[in-house]
Amino acid sequence: MEREQDNIINDITSGEYKYGFYTDIETEKIPKGLNEDTIRLISEKKGEPEWLLEFRLKSFRHWLTMKMPGWAHLKIPEIDFQDIIYYAAPKQEPAPESLDDIDPELKKTFDKLGIPLEEQKRLTGVVAVDAVMDSVSVKTTFKETLAELGIIFCSFSEAVREYPDLVKRYMGTVVPYTDNFFAALNSAVFSDGSFCYIPKGVRCPMELSTYFRINAANTGQFERTLLVADEESYVSYLEGCTAPMRDENQLHAAIVEIIAEKNASVKYSTVQNWYPGDREGRGGIFNFVTKRGICRGDNSKISWTQVETGSAITWKYPSCILRGDNSTGEFYSVAVTNNHQQADTGTKMIHIGKNTKSTIVSKGISAGHGQNSYRGLVKVLKNASNSRNFSQCDSLLLGDKCGAHTFPYLEVDNQTAIVEHEATTSKIGEDQIFYCNQRGISTEDAIGLIVNGYAREVLNKLPMEFAVEAQKLLQISLEGSVG
Amino acid sequence: MNGKSGVSDFFSRLYYENIGRIGESSTPIINSFRKEAIEKFNLLGVPTKKMESYKYTNLETFFRHDYQSYFIPEASHFRKAEEFRCDVTELDAHGIVLMNGFYPTINGKLRELPGGIIIGSLNAAARKYPDLIEKHYGKYARSDSDGLIHLNTAMVPDGVFIFVPRGSVPGKPVQVVNLVDSEQDTFDQHRKLIIVEENAECSLIICDHTMSPQRFLTNAVLEIHVAENSSFDLIRVQNEHNNACKVTHTFIHQERNSRVTSGIITLHGGLVRNNTYHRLNGEGADCNSYGLSLADKWQHIDNYVSVDHASPNCTSNQLFKGVFDDVSTGAFNGRIHVAPDAQGTVAYQKNNSILLTDQARMDTKPQLEIYADDVKCSHGATVGQLDNDALFYMQSRGIDKRQALLMLMFGFAHEVTRNLKVDALRERIDGLIMQRLRGELSQCASCMVKCV
Repeated sequence: MEREQDNIINDITSGEYKYGFYTDIETEKIPKGLNEDTIRLISEKKGEPEWLLEFRLKSFRHWLTMKMPGWAHLKIPEIDFQDIIYYAAPKQEPAPESLDDIDPELKKTFDKLGIPLEEQKRLTGVVAVDAVMDSVSVKTTFKETLAELGIIFCSFSEAVREYPDLVKRYMGTVVPYTDNFFAALNSAVFSDGSFCYIPKGVRCPMELSTYFRINAANTGQFERTLLVADEESYVSYLEGCTAPMRDENQLHAAIVEIIAEKNASVKYSTVQNWYPGDREGRGGIFNFVTKRGICRGDNSKISWTQVETGSAITWKYPSCILRGDNSTGEFYSVAVTNNHQQADTGTKMIHIGKNTKSTIVSKGISAGHGQNSYRGLVKVLKNASNSRNFSQCDSLLLGDKCGAHTFPYLEVDNQTAIVEHEATTSKIGEDQIFYCNQRGISTEDAIGLIVNGYAREVLNKLPMEFAVEAQKLLQISLEGSVG
Repeated sequence: MNGKSGVSDFFSRLYYENIGRIGESSTPIINSFRKEAIEKFNLLGVPTKKMESYKYTNLETFFRHDYQSYFIPEASHFRKAEEFRCDVTELDAHGIVLMNGFYPTINGKLRELPGGIIIGSLNAAARKYPDLIEKHYGKYARSDSDGLIHLNTAMVPDGVFIFVPRGSVPGKPVQVVNLVDSEQDTFDQHRKLIIVEENAECSLIICDHTMSPQRFLTNAVLEIHVAENSSFDLIRVQNEHNNACKVTHTFIHQERNSRVTSGIITLHGGLVRNNTYHRLNGEGADCNSYGLSLADKWQHIDNYVSVDHASPNCTSNQLFKGVFDDVSTGAFNGRIHVAPDAQGTVAYQKNNSILLTDQARMDTKPQLEIYADDVKCSHGATVGQLDNDALFYMQSRGIDKRQALLMLMFGFAHEVTRNLKVDALRERIDGLIMQRLRGELSQCASCMVKCV
């Protein structure tokens, strides 16, 4: 019986990565290596203004003084930063006027990924997509519809050209270039990304989405997302990502900055499905991302939801700085590590304003040789009276070679604050499986059922279109891993 | 991320200036550890806040000071120790009084009690029972990161040795009173080695006191080996004045089916850092680790607990609570580590803290590191204040606010103390806690007239 169960688990966990194809498309790359000339070259290629080049150079010079941090509970092979191509773009003629101008190969790629570049209405609702291939934004859909409401949703480069004041005003205010090693690197070499501005009082009528795809070999992907929600506005933002299967590791070091002004509400969802490497742990993406939002105004709210199933190594902490009084931060996460994947992820909630609230729900699932760590900080500053935090971090272990770790940090400097943390680690109970078996549910289905139920609390927070995908993804990532 | 403090050189120098004298009065076995240990200390140094496990405790405030170190005891000190009587009169225990880390009686340094139990000075034991010492000394107190453990091994002049032979069940607990007393600011090193053989039982009470108002820095290392089917209880009561800093490192090594309870009650002390390392080395071992911190003024109390589940089917339970008043600060750092084949582990960890004022501060870091799948591990941490509803309930029934607050705090603390196994002491500690919460104890502790 046990053996049988193990077999089923193996079958389930060995689900293949289905986005591993490679698109043969003409790509413009710059030579490998990183120095000031590289940065000037990137900046020149993108036709950037002087101030942005200055910002990049400043970041680069700062980066040179930094060392790669080693505190995470991760085994990271040494990264040779000179062995990476910092800029790769699908070659195409000047900006596509209409859909017909886009390289059909490119279109096919995104179709294959289920990301329609055509502006078509789907049954479930409408999603505006900014598709980013390698380093460059390919196409943003529904731009006109959004523009009617005054919403700006475009690629980062376009924003630099069209709305330099907004970019200048907000870029680097949440994640300064001095923040950490990878933030400095990104600030120096970022190639593109998405920019979104929701004006005062506007409730964005559709989900905004960025889809990231790494395609070219030997490249790193460095994009920046800047999301500004002005007073009384609301936006729900999705992010998805995939990459081809390769034996080499590729670096993805992005920055996401969110600014929520008074009474604004931002919901940011990620379904991260970068190539996780093969079963022996070869290849895969290093996903080292800095994500941070600031609730600048009173009563504002930022909610992070992430489903992390991909990447060889995931190392990120989507955070909220709760500066406005009564502001709210939320973090919902499901992180799956299978085979030789590693994850060190969690969040930071910094309570500065009065009556601020934060909720953390983190569900880790480890299978195979996966190592999954939750690391989170809840910091209540002196003036954050009546602030409230609740954290729950559960880990599920599937298999006896994996690990689940919890490293919470609670720093409380205010008497009226209430901070709670609880965590559990366990495996799926044999009694639970037995109960399902008894009622005619096969062990495999039972495991799927239990895992999905376990992650439900987080999956429920995802927008509908994503929730279905995430649920499927969870099943694929885990298939064959419960015992 | 090695954090080596700049003050480390001061302590290295202290070693080289005094090692001749220390070595003379010590024994070859203990001396043989010193050289390697000081080399390790030179490498690691005094921990700083840069070190992950000392993130919330700044030792520098107490370590950066020109201490007059103390190595060779004088007769007058011994007299004081002889005169010392524990004020828990109803406590019936085999008592040892230590003065600045020394076993003060000149004669009878090694006592044999009924049941073959041996208590006495570490140096004397090393001469008489070299095999026992060789087998256990320095075997459990190991660390690759904390230099202070090595500093202790390098410089410790003497210590306490307790041996409970196979099958021995002493009716009474052993009480060790650590006194520090000096005319000058003093740096002390305490060391204890406790060996509990198979099927035996031992209960140990350690009391830490300061006798004079000088500035004291104490660095203590305890090594405890609990063999198969044995049981061991440790109660540590710390009551030192605000100008004293105490760093303790307790290593409890458990073999198969052994049971250990450890309780650290910190009533008072300027800066207290307790490191407790539990290693569950044999199947079916069980350990309970308790701690209670009561702090006010500018005191800082930090508990670091590591439970290492190295074998299958072991159980562990941690409960640490704290009440922080005035501008005091607290820290808790708990860690459960489950080794890859330690299946069937059940581990629990809980840390609750209450902040009484706006200036009090608590940092907590409960951690789980798990490499086996058939485990049940959970932890919880809370930081908050006393329950307003409960307070209201009591006030509405005619209990005045101050009394109600006291009762609530006492109830909060009692959850820890009720687990202590020595009845006489438990009542006494409850009494001390009540005194402490009323603020009476703090006045007495720093006062020289011992009227209590």
